[in-house]
Amino acid sequence: MSENLIEIRGLKKNFGDLAVLKGIDMNIRKGQIVALIGASGSGKSTLLRTINQLEEATAGEIWFDGQLVNQDLPHRAREKHLNQLRREIGMVFQHFNLFPHLTAIENVTLAPTMLKLQNKSDALTSGKALLDKVGLADRIDHYPSQLSGGQKQRVAIARSLAMSPQVMLFDEVTSALDPELVGEVNRVMKQLAQEHMTMIIVTHDLRFAEDVSDHVVFLADGLVVEEGPPAQIFADPKHELTQSFLKQVF
Amino acid sequence: MGLDFSILPEYSDYFLTGTLWTLALTALSMFFSISGGILFAVLQLNRHAIIRWPTSFIAWLFMGTPLLLQLFLVYFGLVQIGIDLNAFVAGVIALSLHFAVYNSDIIRSAIVAVDSGQVEAARSLGLSNFQALRKIIVPQAVANVTPALGNMMIALLKESALVSVIGVMELTLSAQRAISDSFRPFEFYIAAAAIYYIINLGLEQAVHFAERRTARYR
Repeated sequence: MSENLIEIRGLKKNFGDLAVLKGIDMNIRKGQIVALIGASGSGKSTLLRTINQLEEATAGEIWFDGQLVNQDLPHRAREKHLNQLRREIGMVFQHFNLFPHLTAIENVTLAPTMLKLQNKSDALTSGKALLDKVGLADRIDHYPSQLSGGQKQRVAIARSLAMSPQVMLFDEVTSALDPELVGEVNRVMKQLAQEHMTMIIVTHDLRFAEDVSDHVVFLADGLVVEEGPPAQIFADPKHELTQSFLKQVF
Repeated sequence: MGLDFSILPEYSDYFLTGTLWTLALTALSMFFSISGGILFAVLQLNRHAIIRWPTSFIAWLFMGTPLLLQLFLVYFGLVQIGIDLNAFVAGVIALSLHFAVYNSDIIRSAIVAVDSGQVEAARSLGLSNFQALRKIIVPQAVANVTPALGNMMIALLKESALVSVIGVMELTLSAQRAISDSFRPFEFYIAAAAIYYIINLGLEQAVHFAERRTARYR
C-alpha cells in the first residue's frame, strides 16, 4: 500500500447559503487515477477546485503531501504557502484558459521561468519536449486563436506539466470540445496515466472514466455516495443513486 | 474680398508657436490623463467601498460638468484660495482631470473584460496575484483598451483648443491673434483647422500602429 498524496477530511464548502460540499472524506494515493463522477451540481468541480484552493474550503481539512493546504494564515503568508503548493498541483480547465496573448511555447514556459525553476533556454528545451509529447511539435509558435479546441487543451496540459506537478487535476477538460476532438485529448491523459501520474479527473465521459481510472468516486448532492474500482462501480453499483445515475447517462 | 492664402507665410511664427503649445498641451495632458485614468480605474476596482466611493464621486463630478467650467475653476477659482497657476499649467490640469475620468472608465472595463479564468490559470500554476496581473491581465487589458483610448486622445487634441480662452497661446488663440492683426478670419481659421487635422492624422497612425502591436495575437 503506497502512501496517500492527498487526504481530504470532512470537507465542506458553502456558497452563501448554498451548501455545495457537505462533508467529503477522500484519500488519493500516489499514482492513483481517480475519476470523479456525478450529475451537474453534485459538487465534483467544486471539490476539485478546493484541492488547490481556487475555492476556499468552509470547513474540514485538505492535506497534500503531508502539508495542510487550507491553513489558517495571515493573508501574505497564506498566499505564499498556496503559491508554493500550487506549483505541485497542476490543473486543466474546461475552457482551456490559455493565455491568448502568448504563443503555445510561451504559455508552457511562462510559469517555470517566471518562478525561476528553469532558465530561459532550459525551459524552452523542456517546453518543446512537452509540446512534442502532446503531439504539437509543429504548433509551438502558434497563438491560441490559431489552434483548434483539442490543440488548445493539449497545450494547456503541457503548460501544467511544465511545472512537474505531483498531481494533475482535470476539470471536465473535454466538455467544451467538439466530439471529434475529444479523442486526441483523452489519448494524452491516457498516456499520462500509463506514466503513473497521479490524476483526479472530473468528467461526464463515463466510458473514458471506466477506461482510464483505477478508482471511481460517485458524488451526489455534495456527498460521496459510493466509491470503488471502475469495474465494480460501472457493472455492479451498490447504491440506488449510483444505479439511477448510471442508468440515465449510459 | 476673396480668399487669399498668400498672406499665411507672413504669420508662420504664430502658427509655429501655436502648434508647439498645442502639441505640448496635448502630450502632457495625454500622459497625465492616462496615468490618472489607470489610477482611477484601479481605485474603482478596489474591494473597499471607502476607496471606491470618493473616486466615483470625483468621476461623477468631472463627467457631469463642462470642461470649460472646469478650466475656469482651475484657473480663476483656485487663485481665490491662494493657488495661482499659470494658464498653461491650469490647462494641463483641467484637460488631464477631465480626460482621466473618461479614460478610467475605458480602462476599468478593459480590465474587467479579461476573463476571470485567466487569473485562475495563472494562480493554479503558482504565480502570485501581482505576477498574474503583470504578465497576464495587463497585456490583455492594453490590447482591449487601445482603440477606445486612441479615440479619446484624438478628442483630447481637439478639446485642447478650449484652453485658448484662458490665454494659452496654442493653435486656436494664435490663429485669433493673427486674425486681429490681419483681419482675415477665414484663411487663418482654415489654416489652423488644417494643422489640427494633420496632427490628428499622425495620432491616428500611431493608434493604428499600437492596435496592431498589442492585438497581433487575435
